[in-house]
Amino acid sequence: MSIGHTLLGLLESGPRHGYDLKRAFDEHFGHDRPLHYGQVYSTMSRLLKNGLVEVDGVEAGAGPERKRYAITDAGVTDVGQWLSRPEKPEPYLQSTLYTKVVLALMTGRDAAELLDTQRAEHLRLMRGLTERKRQGDLADQLICDHALFHLEADLRWLELTAARLDGLAQTVHG
Amino acid sequence: MTPSGSLLHAGGLYKAYGATPALDGAEFSIHPGEVVAVLGPSGSGKSTLLHCLAGIIQPDRGTVRYGDHDLTAMTDAERSALRRGDFGFVFQFGQLVPELTCLENVALPMRLAGTARKAAEAHAREWLERLEVDPVAGRRPGEVSGGQGQRVAVARALATRPRVIFADEPTGALDSLNGERVMGLLTEAARATRAAVVLVTHETRVAAYSDREVVVRDGKVREAVTTG
Amino acid sequence: MTRPPHHRPAPPHGPAVWLRDLGMGLRFAAAGGREGWTRTLLTAVGVGLGVLLLLGAASVPHLMEGRQERAMARQILNGDDPPRASERTVIAMDADTTYHDQRVFGLRLYPEGKRAPLPPGVTAYPRPGTMAVSPALRDLLASPDGALLRERLPYVITGTIADPGLVGPKELAYYLTSDVPLKTEDGFRLTHFGADAFGDQPMSPTLLMLIFIACVVLLMPVAVFIATAIRFGGDRRDRRLAALRLVGADVATTRRIAAGEALFGALCGLALGTALFLLCRTYAGSVTLWDINAFPSDVTPLPALAALIAVAVPVAALAVTLFTLRGVAIEPLGVVRGRTARRRRLWWRLPLLVGGPAILLVSGPLDPRERGVGAYPAAVGAALTLCGVTAVLPWVIEAVVGRLGRGPVAWQLAVRRLQLSGGTAARAVSGICVAVAGALALQLLVSALQSDFVTRTGQDSGRAQMTVSLPESTGAALRRAADRVATTEGVRTAHTLVGATVARSGPLRKGEKFAPGASVIVGDCAALREVAQTGACHDGDAFLATRGGLAVDAATIREVARPGGKVLLNADGDTGKPLGTPRLWTVPPGTREIAARKDPTGQTSLGILATPGALDLTRLQDPSARVLIRTDPAVPDGEEHIRNAAAALGPDASASTVRDTESDAQFASVHTGLLLGSTVTMALVAAGLLVTTVEQLRERRRLLSVLVAFGTRRSTLAWSVLWQTAVPIVLGLALAVAAGLGLGAGLLRSAGKAAYDWSAIWPLPLAAGLLVLLVTVLSLPSLWRLMRPDGLRTE
Repeated sequence: MSIGHTLLGLLESGPRHGYDLKRAFDEHFGHDRPLHYGQVYSTMSRLLKNGLVEVDGVEAGAGPERKRYAITDAGVTDVGQWLSRPEKPEPYLQSTLYTKVVLALMTGRDAAELLDTQRAEHLRLMRGLTERKRQGDLADQLICDHALFHLEADLRWLELTAARLDGLAQTVHG
Repeated sequence: MTPSGSLLHAGGLYKAYGATPALDGAEFSIHPGEVVAVLGPSGSGKSTLLHCLAGIIQPDRGTVRYGDHDLTAMTDAERSALRRGDFGFVFQFGQLVPELTCLENVALPMRLAGTARKAAEAHAREWLERLEVDPVAGRRPGEVSGGQGQRVAVARALATRPRVIFADEPTGALDSLNGERVMGLLTEAARATRAAVVLVTHETRVAAYSDREVVVRDGKVREAVTTG
Repeated sequence: MTRPPHHRPAPPHGPAVWLRDLGMGLRFAAAGGREGWTRTLLTAVGVGLGVLLLLGAASVPHLMEGRQERAMARQILNGDDPPRASERTVIAMDADTTYHDQRVFGLRLYPEGKRAPLPPGVTAYPRPGTMAVSPALRDLLASPDGALLRERLPYVITGTIADPGLVGPKELAYYLTSDVPLKTEDGFRLTHFGADAFGDQPMSPTLLMLIFIACVVLLMPVAVFIATAIRFGGDRRDRRLAALRLVGADVATTRRIAAGEALFGALCGLALGTALFLLCRTYAGSVTLWDINAFPSDVTPLPALAALIAVAVPVAALAVTLFTLRGVAIEPLGVVRGRTARRRRLWWRLPLLVGGPAILLVSGPLDPRERGVGAYPAAVGAALTLCGVTAVLPWVIEAVVGRLGRGPVAWQLAVRRLQLSGGTAARAVSGICVAVAGALALQLLVSALQSDFVTRTGQDSGRAQMTVSLPESTGAALRRAADRVATTEGVRTAHTLVGATVARSGPLRKGEKFAPGASVIVGDCAALREVAQTGACHDGDAFLATRGGLAVDAATIREVARPGGKVLLNADGDTGKPLGTPRLWTVPPGTREIAARKDPTGQTSLGILATPGALDLTRLQDPSARVLIRTDPAVPDGEEHIRNAAAALGPDASASTVRDTESDAQFASVHTGLLLGSTVTMALVAAGLLVTTVEQLRERRRLLSVLVAFGTRRSTLAWSVLWQTAVPIVLGLALAVAAGLGLGAGLLRSAGKAAYDWSAIWPLPLAAGLLVLLVTVLSLPSLWRLMRPDGLRTE
């Protein structure tokens, strides 16, 4: 995820302090990994240097959290371009799960067991997300949905894998 | 009595269609207020398990205990009465009587159980409101959207205040958002009335509404492996 | 930038399109997998049954003709100019008898030479004293049931009557070669058997109208049924057609394809019906319905009618399909029925219903002299009325069901379903309604006409149940014969009346060509009381029965016999002169004049009545006798014993049953035909109703399973099926009764009758009601089967 573009996007609705930016980011996007102040500071100075933001005002004291940033026209254009640019799809071929399944087969372990265990774990996580979605606001729902669909996709892949186990076994051993 | 306070318990279920067994020694139990997802590949025997648990079909071998009753020892009429009174059903599609209005559809199980028409319809209207489909009460199933129809079906399943709700792919014909609404309303209402839900699905996102899942594979039921 | 035009082959048009699409429909029907086959099979069976019935109806003229021809071929008649005895003649005598209410055709034959003509069905005369019999009679005589008949026909069987000698394969018939010469006055001397038809006896216009209407009434339901059969499985077909629209077929194409499918079903039905017909034909001989059974060769449809059926059925299939689809929009994503958008209109339906009776009323009574012509408006009127019933019924059902109130769950399910698909319900029952309306009108007409065609014979079966006539003989022989009859098993009381002719004694008077004669009857007081009001009567009394008959006859009697005067007993019947020495009898001086009375056979005869003490019957010239018999109901087969006793007395003695009424033979056969037709039609329509009901259930298989899942009682669903069938039927029957009464009124007016026989009305709706019940009961097994949870599986 591009933190720069995200922060720019947050600025588009109005000028903010660095501190506000961090808070807003954490609230909407940083549930699992809150942003460090240092990251905000370095990102904002990069954006300043590129002319995408400008300092709108400074309060007493020092540090980035005291500066008020506003987005420039160039910044708005940049956000627009970023949003309209497709993300490069990343196949999950190198994912840990795949590695585990292949390894389980190669070492003669029960891959079905592995899948069931993994599904239980996925479901545990998904239950949590579902529960959080039910109680959360729209942003929560969107984020949880995103995670849920990804997890579901993982599981569907797992299930397909389970169905293909025989064929896979032949490929690995053959 | 069913073991350890479970509401519905099945043991050693065997059911074959022709030569191939759909269930082969399946075990299952569910507690009051519990939502259990039944997962498994197509043709693994999920629906057969559900039908046996609900007393719609009789297993060739094995027992199904519900409270003090042994479903496998009951007559067809007794099981029908049990289904009318204690069980509720939601299916994937084609479950609403096309000629009756949505309201009449929801009132139908209550009327079958002997409630007078006026009372049944008043009660049905409350449930339509709870499931946010009261605006379509007077329409026929063919005239409402899939999501609305499915919520009407859920209202019908819940309106008799069943102890167990059997849901067979309840969101199978719905888009994600409608599926989510139906599942949310179903599980919320079930928890509120301490009804148990047996939820057959092949979608993990739907299964995520459950408290616990079991997997049916080759006619056997595997409990989830919990790793803490 | 302009795109280059597409170069596609020009699509076919005109008849080619029709052929292509019909052909595609045929292929769909033929290769439509299991579902397609089921539908085709249903249609084929339905249409086949209809075709079977139509072919049967088309065979009736030939059947009747064949029977008539063979019956005429064995007639014994020689007209006014009897041939002389020769090598080539035979004396034939009618020897029919009745056994257990079944007619036995018999001829007593005496060939007078080697080249005597043979009756039809045999290649040689049986040896004298033996008989040739029909196969059915042979079987009957050989069985225990035929024991009493065996006594009556104790002759050795030496031959078999082949088909040309029999009216039907089950007919009981025999040819007996007499071993003694027959008297020509008992029979006919013939040079050949058979008589020319008496010339077609023109039917009365009323009877003709009856036959026309019967055809319309019996065949309309068959037509309705065929139309229904063509629509079997139509809903599923529509869904399949929707799939065709999805891949690019236009509306007209789908209709033509549907027509092609229907055509295939109809053609299969035609083939099946023909096959069934041929099959049934071979069994025609083994079935007897209302005394009629037929040789397979008689059951041959008239070629023109057969050709009409072969053309009309497929054309009807096309027409019905296109007509039904006019209200249905087959869209790529499903089928939209026009029913919600278009309410049924009454304006064009009602005139049909009302117009029929109106035509009859306007055309007025039939003119009995104008043979045939007057029957056409009646037939048109009847057809219109019945069409009106099918047209108005859907409207009535829609109108009434829409207003039906709430009730128990079963009722609610049924009513709501009818509200959504009243048309299907109307289709299913319209056949029955048309049948009832038509049959009702006919029943009214028939029962009103009955008095015209059923004549009271004037006989009184309360006073005597049988009479035995004994031919001319001597008084002593008659007395012996009468005693033998009287002592037969099964006789409770027997009164013997011996009759003869007497003439006035003395010379001819001026102007007379012969002496006046009168009949004399000798019997005991009890016997005389059967023919006259004797008042006090003792043996030795005599009476003159002069009142209760024609005054001329009374005058003659007074002229022949005066109390104290003499009458000539042995007068020549032609001249009135004595045969040999005059035998005179003195009428007792105190003889009273009394009133004659109808005897049990309904005859009144004036004449001289004498007790045996007054007149010794051995003195009578050529007396004959009648024995009036009261049978003993406790004796089984008493009637047959009496017939046997009569037969044993010689070929001329005959026994007959006293019947209160006798119906006109033509009328009776029309009436039987009507009964037969109504029965078959109703059964056919019920079969169609059953198929439709089961079909509807099959389509709701999944829903039924769901209803069972949440605990619906079987009885609830069964009731719902019953209501669903019963409600349209009740409405239909109400309409049918109304239409039937209207039509009946019109027909009665045409026939010049006014009175209704209300008792003729209720059996038909009752029968139809029972049919509905039967159909429901028969559809229950498939309901139970469909209620199994298999329907829940989501494959």
